[in-house]
Amino acid sequence: MALLEVKGLEVEFPLGRKTLQALHGVDFSLDRGERLGIVGESGAGKSVAAFSILNLISRPGRISEGEVLFDGTDLTRLDDAAMREIRGNKISMIFQDPMMTLNPVLTIGTQMIECLQAHREISKEDARKISIDKLKEVMIPSAENRMESYPHELSGGMRQRVVIAIALLTDPSIIIADEPTTALDVTIQAEIMVLMLALCKNNNVGLILITHDLAVVSQVTERIMVMYAGRVVEQGPTREVIQNPGHPYTRGLIKALPQENIPGARLNQIPGSMPSLDAIPAGCAFNPRCEFVDLECHNAIPPLCGEGEQKIACIHRDRIPRFNLSEKGI
Amino acid sequence: MTGTFPLVDIKNVEKRFGGSGGFLSTRQPIVSALNNVTLSVQKGNAFCLVGESGCGKSTLARTVMGLHPPSRGEIHYDGKRIDDLSQRDRQVYTRKMQMIFQNPYASLNPRMTVRQTLEEPLKIHRPGMSKLEVRDKVEEVMRSVGNDPAWGDRYPHEFSGGQRQRISIARALMLDPEFIVADEPISALDVSIQAQVLNVMMDAQEDRDLTYLFITHDLSVVEHFGSHVAVMYLGTVCELSETKSLFAAPRHPYTRALLSAIPKMDAKGVDHLKMTGEVPTAMDLPTGCVFHPRCPVARERCKREVPELKENGDTKTACFAVEEAWI
Repeated sequence: MALLEVKGLEVEFPLGRKTLQALHGVDFSLDRGERLGIVGESGAGKSVAAFSILNLISRPGRISEGEVLFDGTDLTRLDDAAMREIRGNKISMIFQDPMMTLNPVLTIGTQMIECLQAHREISKEDARKISIDKLKEVMIPSAENRMESYPHELSGGMRQRVVIAIALLTDPSIIIADEPTTALDVTIQAEIMVLMLALCKNNNVGLILITHDLAVVSQVTERIMVMYAGRVVEQGPTREVIQNPGHPYTRGLIKALPQENIPGARLNQIPGSMPSLDAIPAGCAFNPRCEFVDLECHNAIPPLCGEGEQKIACIHRDRIPRFNLSEKGI
Repeated sequence: MTGTFPLVDIKNVEKRFGGSGGFLSTRQPIVSALNNVTLSVQKGNAFCLVGESGCGKSTLARTVMGLHPPSRGEIHYDGKRIDDLSQRDRQVYTRKMQMIFQNPYASLNPRMTVRQTLEEPLKIHRPGMSKLEVRDKVEEVMRSVGNDPAWGDRYPHEFSGGQRQRISIARALMLDPEFIVADEPISALDVSIQAQVLNVMMDAQEDRDLTYLFITHDLSVVEHFGSHVAVMYLGTVCELSETKSLFAAPRHPYTRALLSAIPKMDAKGVDHLKMTGEVPTAMDLPTGCVFHPRCPVARERCKREVPELKENGDTKTACFAVEEAWI
């Protein structure tokens, strides 16, 4: 059985008399040491999906249906005390903006030691040793001195390294990273991605990487899940999905990348934008923006299916022309 | 669209911040944000400035726009020096030069409707226009950026990021400028929306014969959008060239490292030229070539002397390794 199994997850947010549903029956799983990428535009529900694993949906939002099985226990049924044993301990999280995640008035060392002592019976001295080791592991130069630094004394890349070190402190089996490099420069992004990939491989840690950057996902993950308007529209091995996308939305995302277009020509774009939760179109939610839309698409919500490992939620999946990634400007 | 007519000429511009003792404080450290930057943007170019955060690309853009004066050097627009003009004389140029900012959530006034936002530049710079003309202009520009003119009475918070950035573009286009400075206009947006906004900017360039100074840290966008590129590092231009030749054969070691850091879709795993360390702060510039502490091929000379931007084949580079061909 997979380490993490999410089944039929539904999340809703009551809003006055209405209830907005952010996730509609999302299923996915993650094996030990596996790396999964969740892709989609803002508002696709990728962060909600990841947050609900750790039961971090802020009230009045709630998980209304479905289960999150971690090592056989359903995390949605745990009380707060039991959840704290998992959260930040067995499953850690890395957020987008390291300046918002770190406490600005505490030194790096204090924050790391505090985190360890919250989860383990451990002396301050031992906690300090582990913290320094972890800082070394994420390649922070002169780790001992950095323990005394405050977050503002570090650059963006260094801060994100510290956040990764904190996530690794308790030797978690899964790390959830929500857009970990979006706030960073391209060069630093490459360094952080190399680092995260190496750490996950060496420690056999599972990774759920949430991003809207398909290029990053294609380099780091083994499996990919594309979300649109609270549903999974495509899922499969990263190479297959990237090289040979089956859903018109995935296709559009890949074709919109500047590197996939002829320099100087108009970029392929997906017209329109993600619908808001209270105005999701009937039938396939993507139909107003889809280039292959026809009458059938307005009738029923297409299920996620397919013969091989690559699953696609589109009724026309057999008729959509596939393209080869190596040819530019298709 | 002649290729030899410099619209904007930046000559030996330096910009330093701090230095003077502020209120209740002793001397503040000097930040050298720009060091002897010289470049010219030809009419019809889409000139891109690339570099990591802190390399001075936004400072250069703001200096060109007159948002802060250069500490040394000159800025010429259409043959006339503009950096020393009084605010009043400068107004003529404000009409010709407009700016688009990075974050459309911060650059639009949340208490003004879209129509008010778009009408404001006309009220200031074209007070003679009749109400009807103003309304027509707003509609025309809204349409040209792909926004529905009927959205005019809505407030910025009612729009998505991409729509908001298109409103910022519309605002910049209201005065029919010749030159637009765009400071990371798409980095706050989703990839798919980035494509929409880039297309709007490219269409506007074609329809209105615009010249762009486009700032970004994303080289894949540059390859697509730019006609010319200047790569900046710590306030200095280290490589200047046409986009095609830069991507075909990057010369400067920093450009090479930047290019290799672009994530590629078909690559297996991450593979990039390693640069050691991070960008040093502009408060304490390295001696010699500013890039030498991170450069994989640096030699003794790089620590002592500052390389000048010199013609090397079809690109200009500031690097001894390229000059003396040891790279």
